[in-house]
Amino acid sequence: MGVGHAHALYVHEHSIIHRLPPETKVLGVLLFVAAIAVTPREAIWAFAIYAAIEVVVVISARVPFTFVLSRLLTVVPFVLFALFLPMIGEGKDVVFVGIPLSSEGVWSMWNILAKSVLGATASILLAASTEVPDIVRGFGRLRVPAVITGIASFMIRYLEVIAGELTRMRTAMVARGYDPRWLSQARPIASSAGTLFVRSYERGERVYDAMLSRGYTGEMPAIDSHTTSAGEWAVALFLPLVAIGTAVTAFVTL
Amino acid sequence: MSNALTATDLHYAYPDGQVALTGVSFTVSPGERLALLGPNGAGKTTLAHHLNGIRRGNRGWVEVGDLRLDDGTVAEIRRRVGLVFQNADDQLFMPTVGQDVAFGPANLGIAGEHLEKVVTEALAAVGAEELVPRVPHHLSGGERRKVALATVLAMEPSVLVLDEPTSGLDPAGRRELIEVLETLPMAQLVITHDLPFALELCDRTLIMDGGRIVADGETAEILGDEALLKMHRLEMP
Repeated sequence: MGVGHAHALYVHEHSIIHRLPPETKVLGVLLFVAAIAVTPREAIWAFAIYAAIEVVVVISARVPFTFVLSRLLTVVPFVLFALFLPMIGEGKDVVFVGIPLSSEGVWSMWNILAKSVLGATASILLAASTEVPDIVRGFGRLRVPAVITGIASFMIRYLEVIAGELTRMRTAMVARGYDPRWLSQARPIASSAGTLFVRSYERGERVYDAMLSRGYTGEMPAIDSHTTSAGEWAVALFLPLVAIGTAVTAFVTL
Repeated sequence: MSNALTATDLHYAYPDGQVALTGVSFTVSPGERLALLGPNGAGKTTLAHHLNGIRRGNRGWVEVGDLRLDDGTVAEIRRRVGLVFQNADDQLFMPTVGQDVAFGPANLGIAGEHLEKVVTEALAAVGAEELVPRVPHHLSGGERRKVALATVLAMEPSVLVLDEPTSGLDPAGRRELIEVLETLPMAQLVITHDLPFALELCDRTLIMDGGRIVADGETAEILGDEALLKMHRLEMP
């Protein structure tokens, strides 16, 4: 408490990457991930270039490698099934340490693993170098409709408030001897979910009143007036453009 | 010279039939600080919501300066009457303090460097300039209260309406708030259960009970009348 940068995904630093305007980073990451996604899986050298680009960003953003690796664990559940593809793929045409494998399955596994790890790393780096409100602001500057950025910023603002309310309700239940062990004891949890919904709804009305009181007319006002220089765009988009060039080359040479 | 704020014969019943206001009339002079006391459920918050038109009564009217509240003037009235809500988590809804303070003036069409200046000045007026990049959720109670006040000051109101500004504040935070409010030149209507706070800050006091104003006079006199206070569930410490 009491610290502005308390978000778990953010690494507080003053690097060149941290200083870039958020919209350049958001667009850069989107382009970079798109380039990775469309690269033919056989172009292994291209993936090596993407990995090298990410290493460059990790170093210049002064984000610890251990931080990136620990955050990458998030993708593990999603890629687990990919590890089985070589075993269940059509046509077992290769043998690896005595296990018959499908080469088509091996390629699919590689494709999923490489792209998900590289893509997740890119977004980890964006979150590590950009505070959450700034990411939303970045999307706003990229002309994402105010309705969508508005919903996102309210969610960010009130997620912790509502989580705090839930914790207090739990504490109040435990304080009065509630100790759920069996399914039959789930009832209070269900009703507290209902209470939480009603409380959040009522809070929504009070927040709306507060917005009306300060002149809200149905559209989020333009608060942000920053202009981004061509130089900043050039710095931010240089590496994503290298990635796009790599992807195009991979396509042409295959 | 016209009053800063005039409420005349306000009546209001909630859609579920619960009657909240039954003929409220009072005036606030320019620059005057006025305390509004009363038991829970007296209708104080409902009244506050009438003063800038987020609720409109079934009868009666509100005037701010020379402007009467109606559909055509509601936007200007909301600028002139700055309402500080009871719960700062309701008042501070933007991702950062800076964006939150900018919300009001930006709705008025202020932009660019002028907007930044307005935001800085409003935060400076409450002594919280350094909070601009902070996330509202991570502020202390006292900081939240000051920022909530700044979000309203940024609209340059002529009347401030504060709903229980000292609730949940520690003594130092309460002291700082008094000091800030004393420096502000505009008329102030302060809803509170904190009687010493009312005594220190406000020359005049209203007591509200059962949806009506039941007492209106000098603060020292009203707070000295024990029988009156007791009748309306109030008590000096």
